[in-house]
Amino acid sequence: MSDLAEARIAVRKTYKLYIGGAFPRSESGRSYEVTDHKGGFAANAAMASRKDARDAVAAARKAFGGWSAATAYNRGQVLYRVAELLEGRRSQFVAEVRAAEGLGPRRAEALVDAAIDRWVWYAGWADKIAQVRGATNPVAGPYFNFSLPEPTGVVAVIAPEASSLLGFVSVVAPAVVSGNTVVALASERFPLPAVSLSEVLATSDVPAGVINVLTGRTAEVAPWLASHMDVNAIDLCGAPDDLADDLAVAAAENLKRVVRGGDEDWTQPPALKRMLAYLETKTVWHPAGT
Amino acid sequence: MSALADTPTWSDVSLRAFLHGLPGVDQVGAQARAAMLASRSIKTTAKQWALDAAISMIDLTTLEGQDTPGKVRALCAKAKRPDPADPTAPMVAAVCVYPDLAQVAAAELDGSGVHVASVATAFPSGRASLDVKLADVKYAVAAGADEVDMVIDRGAFLSGRYQEVFDEIVAVKQACDRAHLKVILETGELVTLDNVRRASWLAMLAGADFIKTSTGKVTPAATLPVTLVMLEAVRDFREDHGRQVGVKAAGGIRTAKDALRYLVLVNETAGEDWLDPRWFRLGASSLLNDLLMQRTKLATGRYSGPDYFTLD
Amino acid sequence: MAKFEYAPAPESRAVVSLRESYGLFIGGEFAPGVDGRAFKTISPATEEVLAEVTEAGPADVDRAVTAARKAYEHTWALMPGTERAKYLFRIARIVQERARELAVLESLNNGKPIRESRDVDIPLVAAHFFYYAGWADKLEYAGYGQAPRPLGVAGQVIPWNFPLLMLAWKIAPALACGNTVVLKPAETTPLTALAFAEICQQADLPPGVVNIITGAGETGRALVTHPGIDKVAFTGSTEVGKEIARACAPTRKKLTLELGGKAANIVFEDAPIDQAVEGIVNGIFFNQGHVCCAGSRLLVQESVYSEVMAALRRRLGTLRLGDPLDKNTDVGAINSAAQLAKIRELSQVGEAEGAERWSPPCDLPVKGFWFPPTVFTGVSQAHRIAREEIFGPVLSVLTFRTPAEAVEKANNTPYGLSAGIWTDKGSLILWMASRLRAGVVWANTFNKFDPTSPFGGYKESGYGREGGRHGLEAYLDV
Repeated sequence: MSDLAEARIAVRKTYKLYIGGAFPRSESGRSYEVTDHKGGFAANAAMASRKDARDAVAAARKAFGGWSAATAYNRGQVLYRVAELLEGRRSQFVAEVRAAEGLGPRRAEALVDAAIDRWVWYAGWADKIAQVRGATNPVAGPYFNFSLPEPTGVVAVIAPEASSLLGFVSVVAPAVVSGNTVVALASERFPLPAVSLSEVLATSDVPAGVINVLTGRTAEVAPWLASHMDVNAIDLCGAPDDLADDLAVAAAENLKRVVRGGDEDWTQPPALKRMLAYLETKTVWHPAGT
Repeated sequence: MSALADTPTWSDVSLRAFLHGLPGVDQVGAQARAAMLASRSIKTTAKQWALDAAISMIDLTTLEGQDTPGKVRALCAKAKRPDPADPTAPMVAAVCVYPDLAQVAAAELDGSGVHVASVATAFPSGRASLDVKLADVKYAVAAGADEVDMVIDRGAFLSGRYQEVFDEIVAVKQACDRAHLKVILETGELVTLDNVRRASWLAMLAGADFIKTSTGKVTPAATLPVTLVMLEAVRDFREDHGRQVGVKAAGGIRTAKDALRYLVLVNETAGEDWLDPRWFRLGASSLLNDLLMQRTKLATGRYSGPDYFTLD
Repeated sequence: MAKFEYAPAPESRAVVSLRESYGLFIGGEFAPGVDGRAFKTISPATEEVLAEVTEAGPADVDRAVTAARKAYEHTWALMPGTERAKYLFRIARIVQERARELAVLESLNNGKPIRESRDVDIPLVAAHFFYYAGWADKLEYAGYGQAPRPLGVAGQVIPWNFPLLMLAWKIAPALACGNTVVLKPAETTPLTALAFAEICQQADLPPGVVNIITGAGETGRALVTHPGIDKVAFTGSTEVGKEIARACAPTRKKLTLELGGKAANIVFEDAPIDQAVEGIVNGIFFNQGHVCCAGSRLLVQESVYSEVMAALRRRLGTLRLGDPLDKNTDVGAINSAAQLAKIRELSQVGEAEGAERWSPPCDLPVKGFWFPPTVFTGVSQAHRIAREEIFGPVLSVLTFRTPAEAVEKANNTPYGLSAGIWTDKGSLILWMASRLRAGVVWANTFNKFDPTSPFGGYKESGYGREGGRHGLEAYLDV
C-alpha cells in the first residue's frame, strides 16, 4: 500500500472577499494566484474589480450610521472580542504568516502576538479618545464651549505590502475604534492572513459592513478607492511611492484626509497618528445665563 | 372640575399658547422610564390575568387593499372564538376594518358583544377634503360601526395649524353620532414626544373618546415611550377636566411579551382605572395568536406551536 | 386588592454558592486570620446568617501589606502595561460571565433590589475594569507626563452601599497604574469582595497584587495607618474621613476621600415635570437613599410646588418595597440595624423640628430592616434634616423663587458632592452648573454613573476624583 493512498487529503479553503458581512467572490469572476515564500502555489485569491470596490464602499457607508452611533464602550467591547477570537486562532495565523512571509516559527509567533496585543491596545482606546482629544475651551464670554472628536466616515486603507497581518491590523484598527468604517485592500502579495482575519471579524460582534476586505491588484483597485467621492479618508501606505502620489492627487477631488506612510516598523508601539487622522473636531457654543 | 370647559372658544393663538405651554418631555428620561417599566417581571397568576386582559383589549385588525368579505368573516369568527380548543379564552374587544367592510363585520358580530370599529377620514394618510372625510365617517356609522378610528391631519399639525386639526376632530365627532371616536395621532410622523403630548391634548380638548398611536402603516408605530406620554396625558386630562379618555396602542405589537409591557405601562402611569377594554386597546393582528400560545403554555406547561392556532 | 397584582417574581438563589466561612485573601490564597476573630454576615432583608467571615487583626493587616509590597516590587511594577491591561481585561470578562451570581450575592448581602444590582451595579463593575484596563498601556497619553510611575501599595477602605462597585472604583485604576492593593470591604457587606478574590484567582492574577481583608473599624484603622502603605483611598462618612485625614497628615501618604453629601435636586418651573419627578424619585429612593450623592434636598421653584408635589406623591404610590430578590422590587432593605436606627432618629428629629412627614402606604416585612420612602415638607435650611446626611430614603423639600436663590441654598452646606438641575432651558443649566459648588452636576437626569465620568466632591464631601482620565491621578506619582 502506498503512503499516498493512506494519506488524508486536506480540504482547502477558498479565499473570498469580505463585503457587507458576507463572503462573495469578485463580481468579475476573476482570481489570481498567490504564492508562498518559496514561490509555490498557495491559493487563488479573489481579484477584486472596481465594482467590488464600489460595493464595499456602499456597504461601509451603510454601516457607518450604526457604528458611529454605538457607544464608545460598545465599540471597545466589540474590538476586544475580536482579540479574543484572534487569540483562539493563534496557531492558524502563525501558520499562514509563516507560509506567506517565510518567517521562522518564533518570529511568526511574535508577530501574531503583536497583532493580537495591538488589537487589544486599540480596543482600549475607544472610550478614551474623547478625553484625550476633546476639550472644553475657556472662551472669553458667557459661553460654554466644548470640542468633540467625531469619526470622519468611510476610510479606505491600502494595507502594507510586506506585513501581512501585523501591518494590516495596525492600519485598520485605528480607523474603526473611533467609529469610522473601513474598506481595506489587503497586501497584493500576501493577502491570505487578511482574509482569515475577515473570518474572525464575521464571527465576532463586528456589525456587517464596518470592515470590508478586498484582495486583488493594488494598481487596479486603489485608484477607484482614491477617486471615490463617498470615501472620506484614505491610507496610502501599501501603495508604492509613484502610485501613492497619483492616488493622493485623485484623493484631492473631494478633499479626502490622506495618510501617507510606507514601510514602517510595525513592531514599534504605534503613536496616535492614524487614530487622529480619521477624526473631525466639532466645537459647540452655548450661552450660560438665566 | 376645573375652570377649563371641554368646548371653550379656542383660536389658533390660544391653542398654540396652551399646547406650547404644556411641560416638555425629556426624551431620554421618558425612554429610561419606559425601559425600566419594561423590565417588570410578570409571572404565574399575574401573567394569567394579564394575558386574558390583553386578549380582551385587542382590536383585531385587517386593513389591507386585498380585504374581502370572506376575510372579514373569518376574522370575526376568530374574534368571537379566538382559541378553537379552549372556550374559556376571552373574546377580543373589537374588529377593526375599512368602512366598506363594516357592514359585513356588523352582521357577523351582531349580538356577540364584540364592537365594530371602522377606520375613516381617508385613512391612513388623511389627505382628502373635509367633505370627503365626513362622508367617510357617516358611511361607516350607517353601515353599523359603533367605533370610528379617525386620523388627524398631520400636515396641518406639523405646520402649526392647530385650529384646523381641532375643528376637524370636532366635526368628525359630530358625524360619529353615537359611535365612539378614536383619534389617531400617527406618532411615527409626529416624531418628537413633545409633539405627541401636544397632539394628545389637542385631540382630547376637541372631544376624542380615545387617543390612538398609529395607523400601523408607518414605521415606527406604537412604542412604549410614545404610549407612556399619551398615558400621562390622559391621566392629567382627567385630573384637569374630570373626563376620562382611553388610549389605544396600535401597530408593531407582535408578541405577548410586548403586550404585557403595555399593560404594566398603563398600570403604573395612568393607573388601574384604565386597565379595562373600555379604556385601553391594543390594535393588532398576529399578536392574538402569540397571546393564545402563551396562555396555552401556562395552562398545559408545554411550549405550543403555530399549528394549534388558526390563521385567519 | 389591586386589579393587576404582580405575582412574586423571585430571582433564584441557586446561582450563588456560599461557603460556611471565609478566611482572608492574602498573597493569592484564602487563609485563616492569625490574630483576628470571626464574625457573621447577614441578609438585612431576613436577618438570616449568610456566612462567617474573618476579622483581620493587626498581624493580618501586616501580612497583607507585606504581600502587596512583595508583589509590587517583584512583579507588578516591573510588568509592562500591556500585560497588566490583559489581566484587567480578564477580570472584566469574568465579572461579566459571573454577572448573575454576583448580582444575587450583592442583593443578598446588601439588601438592594436585584433589578438594581443586575442592571446597574454589576454592569458598571465590569465597565470600570474594562475602562481602566485600557489605560494600563496608555499612561503616557493620560496627561501626566511621558512615563508616570505608580505610588506603590494602596490601602483602600470601602463602604457598604455599593460594595462591589466601590471595590471596582478602587482596584481598577490602582492596578492599571501599576500599584498593588490591600482592600477592606465594609463590615456588613464582605461577600462580593470575597467573590472578587476568587475572580482574581480565576484570572491567574499574580499573588499579592490584590489582597482582601475583611473586618470593621479597627481593621480599617490598622490598614490606613500602616507604615507600609503609600496611598490611602477611603469612601465613607465625612466623620471617619476627617479622622483618616488627621492620621495621614504627618505622613507622606497620598490620600483621596469620597465622603458624604446633602445634594440639592433643583426643579425649575419649566422642567419636564414627569421626568423631573422620576429624577427626584431616582435621586433619593434609588438604593434606599444609601447614596453619598443622593438628591436628598428637593429645591422646587415655588410656582410649581403644588404640581410637583402632587405628581411626586402619586408616583411614590407605585414604588414597590420588599424582598430584594424579587425582580419587581423598587425599594429594598436598609443595610443594617444601626443604619435603620440612625434614619429613624433623624426622621423623628424632622418631625420634632416642625416639618410635615409623609410616606405612601407601605407594608413593611416583619423580619429585616425596613424604612418606607419618606418625604418631609415645610423644611427650611435651618432644620437638621436639611443639613445632616440621613443616608436613607428620606427627602426634605424646600422651595426657592429665583435661580440665584436656588444656587445660594444649594451651596449653603459644608458638603459639595453633587447637584441636580431640572429645566428645559439650556442656558440656565450651564449658568447653574458653573455656579454650583458640587463635583457632579446632573442636568435633567440623576444618579448616572460611568467609568469615563469623574466623580468626587468639593469641600467636606472629600477630595480626589474617581473615574475618567482624572481618576488616574490618585494612583500615579504626579
